[in-house]
Amino acid sequence: MITPNKMKLTGFRRPDGRFGIRNHVIILPVDDISNAAANGVAALIKGTMALPHAYGRLQFGEDLELTFRTLAGTGRNPNVAATVVIGIEPKWTERIVKEIAKTGKPVAGFSIERHGDLRTIEAASRKAMEFVQYATEMQREPFPVKKLMMSTKCGESDTTTGLSSCPTVGRVFERLIGAGATLIFGETSELTGGEDIIQSRCVNAKVLAEFNRMFEGYTDLITSQGVDLLGSQPTEGNIRGGLTTIEEKAMGNIQKIGRCKVQSALEPAVEPAGPGLHFMDSSSAAAEMVTLCGAAGSVVHYFPTGQGNVIGNPIVPVIKLSGNPLTLETMSEHIDVDLTGILRMEMNLDQAADAAMTVLERTINGRLTAAEALRHDEYVLTKLYRSA
Amino acid sequence: MKHGILLHEFADDVGVAVEDLKKGSKIGVVTLEGKAAGSIKLLNNVPLGHKVAMRDLALDKPVIKYGRPVGKAVQAIAKGAHVHVHNVKTLRWSI
Repeated sequence: MITPNKMKLTGFRRPDGRFGIRNHVIILPVDDISNAAANGVAALIKGTMALPHAYGRLQFGEDLELTFRTLAGTGRNPNVAATVVIGIEPKWTERIVKEIAKTGKPVAGFSIERHGDLRTIEAASRKAMEFVQYATEMQREPFPVKKLMMSTKCGESDTTTGLSSCPTVGRVFERLIGAGATLIFGETSELTGGEDIIQSRCVNAKVLAEFNRMFEGYTDLITSQGVDLLGSQPTEGNIRGGLTTIEEKAMGNIQKIGRCKVQSALEPAVEPAGPGLHFMDSSSAAAEMVTLCGAAGSVVHYFPTGQGNVIGNPIVPVIKLSGNPLTLETMSEHIDVDLTGILRMEMNLDQAADAAMTVLERTINGRLTAAEALRHDEYVLTKLYRSA
Repeated sequence: MKHGILLHEFADDVGVAVEDLKKGSKIGVVTLEGKAAGSIKLLNNVPLGHKVAMRDLALDKPVIKYGRPVGKAVQAIAKGAHVHVHNVKTLRWSI
């Protein structure tokens, strides 16, 4: 059995003491209309990556706060060495720059009004070039498991995820918790039918009350729409894979946290305050959830899949685990950890956890995941309600 | 007999086909921990990942998987039948 402290992990030390496992220089648009300038900079300067997205204008209240937190959290993520922020006007741009600057990492903001795209691209490119030359001189150094923050969320689940890939992640998480790592899970809607299990794992009454508030908020939303979620939860892909009800799907999903306790219930894109497993109120849509995990500081993600969700993320390496033989036969290029041996009874959960940890260690040390190699860099903001 | 159906818990009402299973065939059942749970004759073709009834399930009876109710039978289900959205529904979203 692989114990977490035997893993040799290396990463990039950031000024705030956190460790990243990638060293990206990102060009972050504040809003949809700044995507073109951000893409322009990334096209000019080697080693940079633009993160275009669809929102950032006329949002208000909690929805706006979440967008700010997600964008700033992305720049704050330890996998990011430096950030160029580009927005249409200076005020919101500076707000994001300030939040990222609190980590001590290099960050600079540019706004388009009174300059135009071309002059903005030129000025931002000069800064991006400086950031790339700074980042490319950084060296990896060893870091302990207790400095690791990672997340999990499954997708295109079927009955095989509940039998194999989800309990494998649960077994690894039990081991990592023991070594002081920080872990995030969420997917509020996919706990339906198993929420009593999460409730029983909350470490105290305050965490339980927070979790209940978030879970009931979600339930109330469904009720207010007057709909049955069959077709959405479980999804058509889940149903094709043999999952019949949301309760059955939830029980598979919950296997990912093993026997771990829940230390806190976090609002989306909020950084956990300490080690252990944390629940984050989040959508179960893969790209949204992983984007939120990245904004909360997760540097690597375990993604169990049954039918074969192909999702990735631009800054967080997504490790896919699957125990479905048909998925391994037809789309193996997307799967990092083959767990089909569990269904054949050739592999037990401890052996599966060892396989998953071996790939985790290699991924942390620099090996690209399938999703990274295939350029799956889905960056999707969660929208809470319509804009003004 | 080589297994073709896996159970989360020994007493579960439904097991999962670990390969495409043919109607009329007799299939070995084991738990995830490797405990043998007999065999079952299939009444339908059951694709990989879909569920099979381990016993006769009466109308409106909760269906147990993972040792817990994961839905209810919306028609009587015979032992060996394919169990899915046509004969089991959620206990939630009852609006």
